[in-house]
Amino acid sequence: MNKTILYDSHIALNAKMAPFGGFEMPIQYEGIFAEHFATREKVTIFDTCHMGEFTMDGPNALKDLEKVLSCPVSSMKIGQCRYGFFCNENGGVIDDQITYRFGENEFFIVVNASTQDNDFDWVESHISSDTLLKNISKETGKIDIQGPLSVKLMNKLLKNPITGLKYYHWMHNIYNDVPVIVSRTGYTGEIGFEIYIDSNWTKNFWDDCLNCGAQPAGLGARDTLRLEMGFPLYGHELDMYRNAAESGFSKSIAVSKSFIGSTAVLNSEKQKDVLCGILLDGRRAARSHDKILNKSASEIGIVTSGSYSPSCETAIALGYVNKQFGTIGEKVLIDNGKSQLPGTIVELPFYKKSTARKNISEFI
Amino acid sequence: MGTSSSKTPNDRKFTKTHEWVKIEGNIAIVGISDHAQHALGDITFVELPSIGKQVKKAQSCATIESVKAASDIYAPISGEIIESNNALETHPEKINADPFEQAWLFKIKNINPSESADLLDADAYDEFAKSE
Repeated sequence: MNKTILYDSHIALNAKMAPFGGFEMPIQYEGIFAEHFATREKVTIFDTCHMGEFTMDGPNALKDLEKVLSCPVSSMKIGQCRYGFFCNENGGVIDDQITYRFGENEFFIVVNASTQDNDFDWVESHISSDTLLKNISKETGKIDIQGPLSVKLMNKLLKNPITGLKYYHWMHNIYNDVPVIVSRTGYTGEIGFEIYIDSNWTKNFWDDCLNCGAQPAGLGARDTLRLEMGFPLYGHELDMYRNAAESGFSKSIAVSKSFIGSTAVLNSEKQKDVLCGILLDGRRAARSHDKILNKSASEIGIVTSGSYSPSCETAIALGYVNKQFGTIGEKVLIDNGKSQLPGTIVELPFYKKSTARKNISEFI
Repeated sequence: MGTSSSKTPNDRKFTKTHEWVKIEGNIAIVGISDHAQHALGDITFVELPSIGKQVKKAQSCATIESVKAASDIYAPISGEIIESNNALETHPEKINADPFEQAWLFKIKNINPSESADLLDADAYDEFAKSE
């Protein structure tokens, strides 16, 4: 089992640890609820060093990336980040990722932990011989700083003000004379940042955040936060066998270019289901693989993620529902084998008070 | 939340599945241990047995869910349910806060107190929980 560079810090903080994506990761410190609300109301830090980072450059890097990514790349300005998929020829998702445009033909790609080696080999097999793809995951530390107080914290710890940084944009910055990359991205729905830093300096930065009052948060809270936003988790909402377009992330799927898998992804006959948010009537959680039934008890879909939602104070779930039934307001039953939990298909996100896209000046 | 560390009380017995049972006359009061609530983390849902239900020692008769998982609760002793702590249905987090007193789960009548003879006392339970 791999350990991140912050492993000893988690043990010292008495975190509950568990394997995730091939790494021994913190699930919770104080508790999932406490960490969830600290993210919504204050500021938390997440160890995301397990995730993979690649750089890609060369005269054909842009052209190559257009070929392997579902999202449009040429329209990105230098300084922007974009969410998209690597797809297989059947239209399934090999991984979801965020690309950062560093230069005209210079990119930085952030991928999931468990998929990173496979992603690397797959991308490498599809790019030009003069495009250089490098896996820099080992030497790159990554920490997510999320929540309304994250702006003040970052301004305190970094040399250059981050005040001008827009949603889904990145900038160069300096921490203790060390160059870092900071993006205004995250997986919680709150205003926040992801920082990429030399792994030798990662623990310093983590400790500085804690000393400034940030609370450590684990994968438990990360999951309830992302679920309330309707964000997909690879292996749950996205996988090799599920057509990428069924996820509903239409902005991440370009219709005006050809990319690997695009014929299958854009073939509407392959889009049988639609990803839906289901608000349950009660507190009992639906779980991944539970069946979704319609009013007349016919099976119309399957749950991919489910949990009690600390912010909505009821159970919520994501699942794929047959297109014919996957409409807002549709009443459903979730069958967990023991009982049937009533719920309604609702518009995403479940949580409506997200600060992620707000004007950064409101948080200074 | 999930961080209380109540001392294991010695006025009751414990199962290896982490329930406690306190016998008061002809009535058995049942809950889960502090170790159990701590291991479960934030508790989000409880399903308690209905009044009149016959329960059998070591058989599942209630469910507790935390953010991450659902767990069965086993009757520590046989008998008939006479009361469930319905306040927990809207405030299951009370189990995290006070598992030994306020957040008892249910009460059983028509019991045979000798059935609790093979259950663990506080010291033996603490030892067992530590070894798990």
